[in-house]
Parts: sequence; C-alpha cells; structure tokens
Amino acid sequence: MALDENGAGPQDILLEIRDLKTHFALDEGTVRAVDGVDLDVRRRQVVGVVGESGCGKSMTAMSIMRLIPPPGQIVEGEIRFHRQFDDRTDAKDIVDLAQFESNDRQLRDIRGNQISMVFQEPMTALSPVRTVGKQITEAILLHQDVNKAEARDIAIETLARVKMPNPEQRFDDYPFQLSGGMRQRAVIAMALACRPQLLIADEPTTALDVTTEAQILDLMRELQAEYDMSILYITHNLGVVAEMAEDVVVMYMGKVVERTDVDSIFYNPKHPYTKGLLNSIPRLEDVLQDKREKLNAIEGMVPSPYQRLQGCSFHPRCPDFMPGVCDEAEPQLIQLDEGHAVRCHLYT
Amino acid sequence: MTVYIIQRVMRMIPLLFLLSLVAFLIIQLPPGDYLTEHINALRASGRDVDEAEVERLMKQYALDRPMHVQYLTWLQNILLKGSFGQSFQWGRPVKEVIGDKMALTFLLAILTTVFVWTVSVPIGIYVSVRQYTFTDYLFTMIGFVGLAVPGFLLAMVVMYFSFAWFGLKVGGLFSPEFELQPWSIAKFQNMLTRIWVPVLILGIGGTAHIIRIMRATMLDELRKQYVTVARSKGLSEFAVLMNYPVRIAINPLISSLGFLLPWIISGGTVVEIVLNLPTAAVVLYRSLLSQDMFLAGSIILLVGTLALVGSLLADIALAAVDPRIRFGSVEEM
Repeated sequence: MALDENGAGPQDILLEIRDLKTHFALDEGTVRAVDGVDLDVRRRQVVGVVGESGCGKSMTAMSIMRLIPPPGQIVEGEIRFHRQFDDRTDAKDIVDLAQFESNDRQLRDIRGNQISMVFQEPMTALSPVRTVGKQITEAILLHQDVNKAEARDIAIETLARVKMPNPEQRFDDYPFQLSGGMRQRAVIAMALACRPQLLIADEPTTALDVTTEAQILDLMRELQAEYDMSILYITHNLGVVAEMAEDVVVMYMGKVVERTDVDSIFYNPKHPYTKGLLNSIPRLEDVLQDKREKLNAIEGMVPSPYQRLQGCSFHPRCPDFMPGVCDEAEPQLIQLDEGHAVRCHLYT
Repeated sequence: MTVYIIQRVMRMIPLLFLLSLVAFLIIQLPPGDYLTEHINALRASGRDVDEAEVERLMKQYALDRPMHVQYLTWLQNILLKGSFGQSFQWGRPVKEVIGDKMALTFLLAILTTVFVWTVSVPIGIYVSVRQYTFTDYLFTMIGFVGLAVPGFLLAMVVMYFSFAWFGLKVGGLFSPEFELQPWSIAKFQNMLTRIWVPVLILGIGGTAHIIRIMRATMLDELRKQYVTVARSKGLSEFAVLMNYPVRIAINPLISSLGFLLPWIISGGTVVEIVLNLPTAAVVLYRSLLSQDMFLAGSIILLVGTLALVGSLLADIALAAVDPRIRFGSVEEM
C-alpha cells in the first residue's frame, strides 16, 4: 500500500467534507442523520468509518454520492472533491458535490466515473433480469469514449482483475447464476470499471461468509494499490478496520467523535465511546483464561433519532459522564496532537 | 427456452380437452335444446314439420343418443370436418355467423389493449416516481372514477353528447351505408373512424386498473438496492428507470396479456350491446338466451381456446424478457 504519512501535503487531498449536515424531515420530526461531519480523504489512502447502525456512516457515504433517499437532504456543509483529470496530470479542479442538484449532469459525470460505490448486499445490488456484463459495460459506455466491443473487453478485463473465475463466461451470466462472493466481485468490477479515484465501500462484506469476506478484503487491498485509488471504507466491524484502514473515523449519532490513525484507535483510544466499542470486542485469551463470561456492551441504548440531546449526544451512556458539563455544552472536535482529534469534554 | 416452450405447449393439450368438455356441458345443462324447442313451436302453430329434415338433424348431431356420444360427435365434427355445427337461430352454419365477429372482437381487444397500455404504463411510471404529490393524487382520483363508472353508462353518455352536440350517431362500427356491404377497403376505413369510441369506453376501466398495478409494482421495485446502484453508475434518471425498475415492473402486465380476450368478452358485453357492436360477446349473449346450443358452445370453445393460446404467448413473452423464468429459477429478490 502506498503510504505517505508524513509527506502528505495539502496537494494530496482528494476529498474534504466540512460541516456536512444531512437531515430527514419526517412527520415525526427531523432526523439529523449526518449532523456536522468533517472528514478528509487523501489520495491513495484508506479511511475507515466505524459506528453502530444508525450513526450516520452510510448516510455520509450516500451524501458524497448524492444518492440520499428522499426526504433526506443536505442542509449544510461542503463536500469538496479534488478531481484529477483523466490524463492523471497534476492539474486539479475542485468541485463542491453538495452544490449540485442530485440529478445534475456534472454530478453524474463524476458518479460512477471518478467516485464509485460498492454496496452492502451483493444479492440485491444487481438487477436480476440483465446480464452481469450489460450492467458493467453500461457505466463504461457512459463515461468512456469506447464502442461496445471495447467496453466488453474492458469489462472482461476488470472481471479478471477482481479474480472472477471464467470472466468471459460470467460476462453473459445473469446475477442469479452467480454465488454471493462472485456477485460481490461483479459489483466491485462494476465500481472499478472506470478506474475511480475514490471508491466508497459501504459494508461490502457484511452479507458474506467469513472465508469470502477475507478474500474480498484481500482483493480490495490489492486493487487499492493497483488502481492507485482512495477508499472510504464504512463498517461496524473493528476487525475489518484494523485490516483495511490507515485512518479511522468513529461516528456517533451523526457526528465524528474521534479521528486518528488506525494504531492510535486500537492502542490509544481517547473518546469513551471508542473505548466502549473496543471493549465490546470479545478477546479469545480472556475467554480461554475464564476471565470473562459475558460480553461487555456499552450501557444503555442509542437515543431515539428524533431526540436532540443537549450537550454531548453520548452523555446518557457515557461512563465518564460529568454532570453539569457533558449535558450542558456540546463538545467541539479537539485536536490532541498531529492527526488525532476527539470530540469530548474530558480533553478540554 | 425451447424446452420451456415445448413443456408449456404440452401442458396446454389436456387443458384444451377440459375446456371442450366444459363448453359442451354448459350448453347441455339447461333442459331442452333448440331443435326440440323449434319443433314444438312449429307444431304448436299447427304447421307441418318436415319429419325427414328433423330426422337428419337428429342423426347428424346425435341428439337422440346418450350425452357422451353427443359430445364425441360434436368434437369429431369440429376436429375432423372443421364444422362447428348449425346455428338454429340464424339458420346458417356457426362458422359463417361468428367468423367476422370473432375477427372484429379480436381487433377490438388488440386496439383496446394498445390504447390502455400506451396511456396507463407511462402514467403508472410517472406517478410512482412522484408518489404522494398532487399529480399522483390527481391520477389516483381519475383512476378510481374510471374504475367506478360502469362502462355502459359511459357509453350512453358518450352517445348522448356526440349526438346532441355534433349530431353524430356513434353506435355500431359502421356507417349505415356500409353496414350490409361485404368487406372492402372503404368499409375498413369507415370502421376505423368509428372504432375509437368503443376502444375508449372499453379501455377506461382497464387504464385505471393498470395505472394502479404499474404504480404499485414500480413502488416495490424503486425501493430495491439495484436502483440505487444503477444511479451510482451515473446513469440519467430516465435511463435508470427504464433499464431497471420498469424492466421488472412490466412483467406482471405481460403475463396478464393472455386474459385480454375473455376480459373483452365478459366485461364488455353490456357496453357492446349498448353501442350496438357486432362482436362475439353480443352473439354469445343472444345465443344463450335462445338456447342456440352449437353457436353458444362454439363461441365459448373458441374464446377459451384463444385465451389459452393467449396465455401461452404471454408466458413465452415473459420468459423472453425475464431470464429467471427461462432458467426455471425464480428465487427471492
């Protein structure tokens, strides 16, 4: 993997999200699915986004793609994409994806071309009535200046790259003729066919069995290096984060609560929520030494999405809760040291 | 695909025999038959009955024999001689009576379907992507009115207003001067200028119905992940809709195409009587009233056969557009 931890200058930035707010105005109230997210992705970097279900990690991804289901809407913030041109020269052009209408032409030129996405469920990500090949070549024909035969060659080559067995035969197969793992390979091939600069992966292995999951993770790491792309990897699985990501963003109730590199997350977590998440992973040695019988869970429940808590949104569940502080003022994201930020009153 | 078609055709053969049995039983169920009625009427009026003629008819149709012999004779005549028997009421062979009426009914069914589809499929798609907006509610309301107003009432209203406002008499399929003429290009053109009225009236109910079906299946499909995936490729919204959810949402409609003809026959009879159309439905209705058994039986048999053939074609069409049926593996999704 191409790491450039120290040499990373501002020119290496690929995606900057600033104060992104995506809200759903429902009859029952406003759901603040994404509530002020700041997030950076550098070129050739894998950023992991972790959090419980409903923390807004998927909606952050959908906001970047501008595919938020109605009535969701970006109400504030910027999503600055530093687009490199197809010739891969240094010339860049910065576009704010949050500015467009979701069906805008310019946006559609980027979508599926420079930014593409791999989804959670390979079983339902493909239309059952069109061949795998058709669904892949569609994006190639749309974004590249090639004819059908050339698009077919590109698609088959991409299928081979994602290690699809017999890519030429699979090209004419229908999705239901493929296994789950093969389908996810097809979906990844579909996303990679136009050589994106940013790949958003929303729990791409959650629906797969463990063996297949390991294969797909290996594959994605290889492809990241091979295609020189950045990956925004969304998952609830900390094990996957440890394996995939260089930087990790922890989200809770629509906000980023901690942001740092992957080692600090595991060895030096700061936010009580991050600590709680890590603590809830069962450890094999503990079980073997009879140290622990029950799983450690974070106390309490995620509050109702309609509720807007005063102060820190984690305070009702927080073991380090400070009355009069945490339930009063909302904590800001505090820069602890280079590359480690946390949103918690403990560090003010 | 070939295997599928062969299987499907084989399955149709026992159904056809069952159909012929049912058609035959239906015409046998009421007591008496047209021939005895006819003879009785003649006798009652004191006229002479040609015994030899009665004898010949009795023999030809095995009317004096047990039921199963009658059935076999009837079937044999149809299959071997292509003879559907004699219409006693019209005094002509059944084939002559219903030939062009079946053709007209078929034409009417096809035109009505074309009309219904071209109107309701685009509207159904449109309202599904505009769910709970003003347009959606508007078309839903129009749709329910269309479903609720009986066709014959609509037919009478249209007839009244076209006569009162434009002095047009829209009943029938032909202008009076063409009514009794043999088929010609001029007669056909004349029919085309008039056929839109029954097509419109017969189609209204179906249009409302198909808008509802299309909207419901589209709403189901639009929620599925493959639609979002298609959007994520950068396709335009129109391309996404046409290539993804519509491709699947249209399938239930294709499979319903086979029931077109029975629908026109059974649902449109009253409208066709009001509009004075020479269709098979009207002939069937009259033949049932007068117990013209061979005529009624033949129409039921023909319409049933066409319905079976229709659903065969619809199934083949469905297999052509939906690979899951072609490969015999319909799974979750």
